[in-house]
Amino acid sequence: MIPLQAVTMTLVAVGGLAVVLARDVVRQALVNSFFGLALVVLFLVFQAPDVALSAITVGSAAAPLVIVIAILRVRRREGKR
Amino acid sequence: MSHRVRTVLFLVGGAGLAALLGWAFSGLPAFGEYHGVYGRLINRETLGQTHALSAIAAVTFDYRGFDTLGEEFILLASVLGVALLLREARERDVDASRGAETFDPIRATGLVAVPVVFLLGLFVITHGYLTPGGGFQGGVVTGLAIVLVWLATDFRSYAALVRKPLADLADGLGAGAYVAVGVGGLLAGGAFLESFIPRGTIGELTSSGTIGLLSWAAGIEVAGAMLLLASEFLEELLARRER
Repeated sequence: MIPLQAVTMTLVAVGGLAVVLARDVVRQALVNSFFGLALVVLFLVFQAPDVALSAITVGSAAAPLVIVIAILRVRRREGKR
Repeated sequence: MSHRVRTVLFLVGGAGLAALLGWAFSGLPAFGEYHGVYGRLINRETLGQTHALSAIAAVTFDYRGFDTLGEEFILLASVLGVALLLREARERDVDASRGAETFDPIRATGLVAVPVVFLLGLFVITHGYLTPGGGFQGGVVTGLAIVLVWLATDFRSYAALVRKPLADLADGLGAGAYVAVGVGGLLAGGAFLESFIPRGTIGELTSSGTIGLLSWAAGIEVAGAMLLLASEFLEELLARRER
């Protein structure tokens, strides 16, 4: 294992932990998209550019968008109560 | 359950999990070792058989084209499910002015990014069998490029650009085109999804037989699905009437 691979694996581990430890859901959604970005770097470093492309579109763009919209919608409903 | 009991329970469970994981990892093949046969076979045969430079595109749209067909319809069905579940929020109920005004720098940067990202998406769809990428990744990028319009400006500009029936049509047509290309293989006397057009010269845009066509079919379907999904979620977010 080359150092770059070890570094990115550590980054992914730290990112995953950060997602779990984030308490505020909006913040969690943002941290999650950074975690997605760390995964993209991991796939790239491990020479899987196709998977990296899928991960960058789904993990750090599409999924956070859906999550943030869902959070906003739920918050608005709670605010009206 | 008290805090103390929970901590002890976690420590015992965590230690057990760590021990099992350590045991499992110690039995793994050495880092970078690969014992599979399929991968080696694909690496050796792809170029000669499919003329595709990207072995991954050759697997997804040629050797395992039928699996991708299944995935196409999984996506189609799930987007259909979202559209059905959220159908109560109709376009006329949407308060398009809702949401904060975007700052000018964000608006400018976003609008500059839209055509660039859109073009990138089309590039990724087109060159799937030459470079990393393909229909799925390119389709998501293309669709999200248009969603950027909403992020940069407001829902009104986005809704003027994206007509839901059109996104619907792209979603369905893409999935249908994939099946049609597959049937083309049957009509040409081969198997379902077997390439029926010349493989061309390796490395050129006209190479790889039906891989390019299938990639486009998947790209159009995925882009339509992304737009439909985004439209449904945005309408739900901006709906005037509370359920």
